[in-house]
Amino acid sequence: MNGYNFAYLDEPTKRMIRRAILKAVAIPGHQVPFGAREMPLPYGWGTGGIQVTAAILGADDVLKVIDQGADDTTNAVSIRRFFSRVAGVETTTRTRDASVIQTRHRIPETPLRDDQILVYQVPLPEPLAKLEPSRAETKQMHALADYGLMHVKLYEDIARFGHVTISYDYPVMVNDRYLMSPSPIPAFDTLKMNRMPALQLFGAGREKRIYAVPPYTTVRPLDFDDHPFALIRAPHACTLCGATNSYLDEVVTDDRGGRMFICSDTDYCADRRGDAASEGDAA
Amino acid sequence: MTLPLLEAHDLQLNFGSIRALDHVSMALWPGEVLAIVGESGSGKTTLLKVLSGSESPDHGQVLYRDPELALHDVHAMAAPRLRALHRSDWGFVQQNPRDALRMGVSAGGNVGERLMAQGARHYGSIRSSALDWLREVEIDPQRIDDLPRTFSGGMLQRLQIARTLATHPRLVFMDEPTGGLDVSVQARLLDLIRSLVSRLGLAVILVTHDIAVARLLAGRILVMRRGQVVETGLTDQVLDDPQHPYTQLLVSSVLQA
Amino acid sequence: MMNTAGHPMLKTHGLSKSFTLHLQGGTTMPVLENVELTVNSGECVVLSGPSGAGKSTLMRSLYGNYRVGQGSILIRHRDDWVDLAQADPRRILAVRRDTLGYVSQFLRVVPRVPTIEIVAEALTIRGADHAEAITRARSLLLRLNLPERLHGLPPATFSGGEQQRVNLARGFIGGHPILLLDEPTASLDAINRDAVVGLVAEAKAAGTAILGIVHDTPTRDAIADRLFKLYPAQMAAA
Repeated sequence: MNGYNFAYLDEPTKRMIRRAILKAVAIPGHQVPFGAREMPLPYGWGTGGIQVTAAILGADDVLKVIDQGADDTTNAVSIRRFFSRVAGVETTTRTRDASVIQTRHRIPETPLRDDQILVYQVPLPEPLAKLEPSRAETKQMHALADYGLMHVKLYEDIARFGHVTISYDYPVMVNDRYLMSPSPIPAFDTLKMNRMPALQLFGAGREKRIYAVPPYTTVRPLDFDDHPFALIRAPHACTLCGATNSYLDEVVTDDRGGRMFICSDTDYCADRRGDAASEGDAA
Repeated sequence: MTLPLLEAHDLQLNFGSIRALDHVSMALWPGEVLAIVGESGSGKTTLLKVLSGSESPDHGQVLYRDPELALHDVHAMAAPRLRALHRSDWGFVQQNPRDALRMGVSAGGNVGERLMAQGARHYGSIRSSALDWLREVEIDPQRIDDLPRTFSGGMLQRLQIARTLATHPRLVFMDEPTGGLDVSVQARLLDLIRSLVSRLGLAVILVTHDIAVARLLAGRILVMRRGQVVETGLTDQVLDDPQHPYTQLLVSSVLQA
Repeated sequence: MMNTAGHPMLKTHGLSKSFTLHLQGGTTMPVLENVELTVNSGECVVLSGPSGAGKSTLMRSLYGNYRVGQGSILIRHRDDWVDLAQADPRRILAVRRDTLGYVSQFLRVVPRVPTIEIVAEALTIRGADHAEAITRARSLLLRLNLPERLHGLPPATFSGGEQQRVNLARGFIGGHPILLLDEPTASLDAINRDAVVGLVAEAKAAGTAILGIVHDTPTRDAIADRLFKLYPAQMAAA
C-alpha cells in the first residue's frame, strides 16, 4: 500500500519495539517499557498487540487474529484486514497454518508449535495494580520478588468464598521469578502457557509495556498447597462439535431461557466438525 | 555475657543546617525495651528511621547481629536483604495503624500477609496462625474476616501489633504506639504490649514523647534534644533523679494525674 | 534476737549523694555524706534520724533509683559483689530481679492489670510458673487481709492501705535475699501491721537481709534488730 512502510510502523520504531521484545524474552515475565505509538484504532482495541505484531511480521508470515477465540468478530476481522492491507501478508483462520497469532482473551485449543508466535493484547500489564496502586511500590515488589500481597488476594477469596474466585487474568509465576498477568484469558487457559513450545509475547499499548514468555518456560498459577489451582469449565459438551475438553461460550438462543454451549475457539470447533475454515476471511 | 542485638556508632545526620542526629551511639540487647524520649523535633523519630534502615546517616554505622551472631551493617545491606529482615526478624509498629494495615483486606489477611511474604503457602496454617494472633491481641477471632475499617482505633493498633508479631520478630521498632488513642484504650494497649514483650522476649526500641509510657514499658531510656542524647540510663533512675537540665525540665513538665 | 550467723549482704562505703537543681539556678543540695552501712543476712536494720536526714534518699540510692555521687554500694548478687553505684543499667535490672526487692510507699503499675497478676508478676519475671505464682500471690494477699473479691480488680481504685498491701505482697512474694522497705506500714491498721511483722520475721528466719524506714514505734520495735542513725548533711554553702 502506497505511503506506508511495510506493516505500518516505520523501521526505527520497529527496531525500538524489537529491542524491547529481546529484553522481554531475556527476562521472562518482566515488564519492559517501550515507546508505544499512536495507532489508527482506539486504546483497548489491541494497540499494544498490533505494535508487537507489526514489529515481528515478515513478508512470508501467515497471520491469524482471534478475539475471544473467534476469528469472525469485529476486532479480529479489522486487525486481520489492517495487516493484510499494510503488510500484504497472508492471513488464515486455521491455527495450525498460522505463523503469528494475535489474540485477545484466549489461547487456541489446538496446541501451538515452536515455529509459531502468540501475541497477546494486554489492557493492564501490572498484576499487582488492583492491590497496590503505587507503581513505585509494585516495581519494588517485582525487583525483590516480594509477592506476598498477591497471595493475600487469594487468601481473601478463600476466606470469603471458599475458593479462589479469579476466573480470568489469573496471576502466574513465570520461570519461578516474576509474577505476571497472562492478560484477560480465562483461568481455563492458564495451564496452556506452561512450557508452551511457541514464543508468547504480550503488548500493552496504553500502558506502554511489553513482556514475554520464551518457549518451554515454566508458568505456574499462584495457589496454596491446600487449595491448589483448579480448572474451571462449564460442565457441558459443545452443542456443535461435542467437545468436552474445550472452553465454552454460553449462547442465549431465545427469550424463554433457551441456551446452548459452544466452543469459544471457532477454528477448533469447525475443525472437529470436519468443515473448512469459516468464511469470514474475505479481506 | 550476651552481645547487643543492635548497635549504633556515632550517627550523624544533617538536614541542611539542622542537626537531626549529632554523634548518637547506642546499643540494644536481646529482650530489652529501650525508650527514646524527647520533644517533637528532638530527632527521636529520625533516630528510629536510621536505626531501622529506612533513612541513611551522613556518618556512622548501625550494626545488627543476627541469630547466628553475624554482624550486618544495616545501611550497607542490599535492599532485598533489608526488606527480608523487616519482614522476618524485625517488626515496625507505626503510630497510625492505617499507615501499616491494608484497610481493604480482612483482619486475617492483614495478619497473614507477613507470613505469606515469608513464603507460607498453606492456607489452613496461615489462617490458624492469624486466629492465634488475634486472640493474642484480644481481638474476637470471629472478626477474622472483617475489614479493619469496621474496627475501633484501639483494635486497629492491636491488629497492627498482631500483624507485626506474626513472624516472631526478635526486634520491634515502635513509633508512638499509643499516641492518638483515648486514655482508657491506651492503658489496655500498654498492658498488652508489656505482657507480649515480656512473654515473647522481644527487644523493643520505643519512640515516645510520653514519659509515663516510657516508665511503664522500658527498662532503659535515652533522652534526646536537638539531635543529641543528653542523658541515658535506667528508666526510673533517669526519670526520678534526672541529671541533665533538659531532663529535669522534661520530667518536671509532666502533669501529675 | 540478733542473728549471729549472718554475713554481709549489703555494704556502703563513703556513700554521698547531692541533688543539683538546674531549674533553680543550679543549686546543689547535699543529702547524704559518707554513709557507712552494712546489713547482714537474717537481720533487719531500721533507719532512724530526723525528717530530712535522707532516709528515703538512701533507700532509693540503694535500689539504684537515684544516682550516687560518690562512694560505693556493694550488693551480694549471687556469688559476687556488685557495686550498684558503678553498674550499668542492665546489671542493676538483673540485681533487682534476682537479689534486691523493694517495697515503696507508692504503687506504680500499668492501669487495668488485676491485682493478683501484679503480685504474681514479681515471681514470674524470675522464671516461676504462672499458675504457681498466682497461687502464692493469692495466699499472700489473703494473709495481708486483702479479700479475694479484690484480687481480680486493678488496684487503681483501692484505698491507700489496700494499695500498700498490694505493694507488700509484691515485695515479699519474690523471696529476694535483700529487701528494702520504705515505710511499709505507713497507712496500715494494727491488724495489718501485725501481718507485716509476721512476714518480716519469716523473711529474716529465711536469711533475708532487710533494711527499712519504719515510723510507727510498735512495728519498729517488733522488727528491728538494730537502728542505723542518719544525720542531715551539711549545706555546702552554709
